[in-house]
Amino acid sequence: MSRAGYFRRPNRPLFVYAVVYLAFLYIPVMLLPLFSFNDGIYIAFPMKGFTTQWYEEMFTDQAMHKALWNSIQVGAFTSVVATFFGVLGAKAVTRYRIVGVKPMMGIIMLPLVVPGIILGVALLILLSSLGIQLSLSTIAIGHVLLCVPFSIATLIASFEGFDKSMEEAAADLGDNAWWTFWRVTFPLVFPGILSSLLLCFTISFDEFLLSFFLAGSDPTLPLYIYGQLRFPQKLPAVLALGACILVFSFALVCLSQWLRQRSAGVQKSGDQ
Amino acid sequence: MVDGVAVGGQSAVVSAGRGQRFARAFRKSESLRGYALLSPTLIVMALLMCAPVVMMIVMSFWTQTGFAFDRSFSLDNYIEAYNSPIFEALMWRSLSITTWCAISTVVISYPMAYYVAFHVHKNKMLWIILMTLPFWTSYLLRVFAWKIVLGYNGAINSGLDWLGFIEEPLEFLLYSQTAVIITLAHAFAAFAVLPIYVSLQKIDKSLLEASADLGDGPVARFFRVTLPLSMPGVIAALLLIFIPTMGDFVTPALVGGPDGLMMANYIQANFGPINNWPLGAAFAIAMMFIVTCLCISFMGLTKLIKERFI
Repeated sequence: MSRAGYFRRPNRPLFVYAVVYLAFLYIPVMLLPLFSFNDGIYIAFPMKGFTTQWYEEMFTDQAMHKALWNSIQVGAFTSVVATFFGVLGAKAVTRYRIVGVKPMMGIIMLPLVVPGIILGVALLILLSSLGIQLSLSTIAIGHVLLCVPFSIATLIASFEGFDKSMEEAAADLGDNAWWTFWRVTFPLVFPGILSSLLLCFTISFDEFLLSFFLAGSDPTLPLYIYGQLRFPQKLPAVLALGACILVFSFALVCLSQWLRQRSAGVQKSGDQ
Repeated sequence: MVDGVAVGGQSAVVSAGRGQRFARAFRKSESLRGYALLSPTLIVMALLMCAPVVMMIVMSFWTQTGFAFDRSFSLDNYIEAYNSPIFEALMWRSLSITTWCAISTVVISYPMAYYVAFHVHKNKMLWIILMTLPFWTSYLLRVFAWKIVLGYNGAINSGLDWLGFIEEPLEFLLYSQTAVIITLAHAFAAFAVLPIYVSLQKIDKSLLEASADLGDGPVARFFRVTLPLSMPGVIAALLLIFIPTMGDFVTPALVGGPDGLMMANYIQANFGPINNWPLGAAFAIAMMFIVTCLCISFMGLTKLIKERFI
C-alpha cells in the first residue's frame, strides 16, 4: 500500500471537480425545500419572505392524505413481498453452488434493464386482457416486479461472507432447517433484510412510470403530485409536499445503507 | 426453546419413511436444494416478466376498432410503424437524445468516479453514498426540480436577472432537447458513477506503478493503463443509461416541450388519449427491438475493438 505513493497525494483540481459535481447533483433538489418556505406563488428569485403557509395548506388537503395512505399501503405490501422473494433468491445463490445460476439471475434482474414504459404497458395489456380491474393491488404487482432485483442485490451483499459453519454447527447440534434459520441465520441477516425492506419501500413510494399505467381511480402520491403540476396555484403546496418526501426518502435510504454497513461489519468481525 | 429443537430433531429421524431416499439425494445435491430455494423467486419473476411481454406481442397483431379490438392476425401495425413518419422522426430524436445523454453523463461522471477510486482514502463509503443518494429519491420530484431550475421564470433566469446579468430570460433553457438531456443526465448520474467506480477500484495498482517505472507520465499512464482497464465500467454505464432513458416519458413531458417529445411519449399517448393499444404495443415492441439490436451490436463492436487492439 505504501508503494502507491502517487495516489496518496491529494489532487486539488479533482477535488474541486468532485465538489462541483456534488453541487450539480444536490442543488436542483435542494431548491424544493428552499422555495417551499417562500412567501409567493411564483418560484423565482429574489425570494419574497418566509412562510409556513404551504405546509399548512398541505396538512389540510384531504385528497393528498388519501394518496399518501395509498402509497404507504402499496409500499408496505411491496417491500414485504419483494423482500420475501429476495431472501429466497439471495439465500439460494449465496448458500448453494447452482449449475446455470447466471442465466437464472439474468432473468430475475431483467426488470432493471427493461425500459419502464415497456414494463408498464405490457403489464397493463396483460391485466386488462385477463379482465383484472386496475387498483392499488395492480400497482403493487408492478412494484414487486421492480423491487425484487434491488432486494436480491442488497441481500446477496449481506449474505455473502456469511459464515456457513455457523449454520452447520446448528444443524449438527440437532436443529432442523426451520430452527436453524430462525435461531442462527435470521439474527445474522436481519439488518440486511431490514435494509432491503426500507429500500423497497422507498422505491415503491417514489415510483411513477409503472404506477402511471397500472393505477385505477386511487392515485399514489407521485401520481397525485403529477396531477397537481398542471395547476400553477397548487405548485407551492406541491413544493412543501415534495420537500417532506425528499427528507423522508433521504432518511430511509441513509438508514438502509447504515444497516447494510453494520451487517457487513458484524460479519467481517465474525470471520476473524 | 431447547426442548422444542431436540424434539424437532428426533421427529425428523423417526419420520424417516419412503421419502427418505429422495430426501437423501435432495440433501446431497447442492444444485437441487439451490433450485428448490431459488425457484419461487425465479418462477414469479419469469411469469411477471414473460406473460405481459407475450401478451403485448399478441396484441400488437390486433387492430383497434373503436373501443374494441379486432383479434384477427394482422401486420398492419408494424407496416404502419415502418411507413409512419412519426415513428421514424421520434425514433431518431429519441436515439439522439439518449445517446447524447449517455455519453455526456459518462464523461462528467468519470472524473468523479476516478477521484473517489484513487484519491479518497478515508470515508470512501460516505462519498459513494453522497453520489448515489439523490438516485433513491423521487424521480418525479427531481424532474420537477429541473423544471424549477430551467423555467422561463425559473431559478437560473430569475437569478441571473436579479443579479443583473441578463435582461431577457434565456428561452433555450426550458422546453428543449437540451433541457431533456440535462435532466436525464442528472437523473441517471448514479448509473454512470457506480459501474465506473467499481471498474476503477478493481485496477491493480502495481500496473500503474509499472507503467510509471517504465517512463510513462501521468497522462500517458491514464490513456494506456487506467482508461483501457476501466472500459468495462464505461460500457456498462453507457448501456445502463441508454436503455432506461429510452423508456422515459416524464422528463420529455415536463421539460421537453413539443420539440423534446420522445418515442415513449407517443407510446404512452396510444394507451391514453389516442386510444390505440395495438398500435402502441407494436411501437413499443419495434422500439425494444431497435434498442436491443443497437445494444448487441455495440457490445459486439467493443469486443471486436478489444480483440484487435488490446
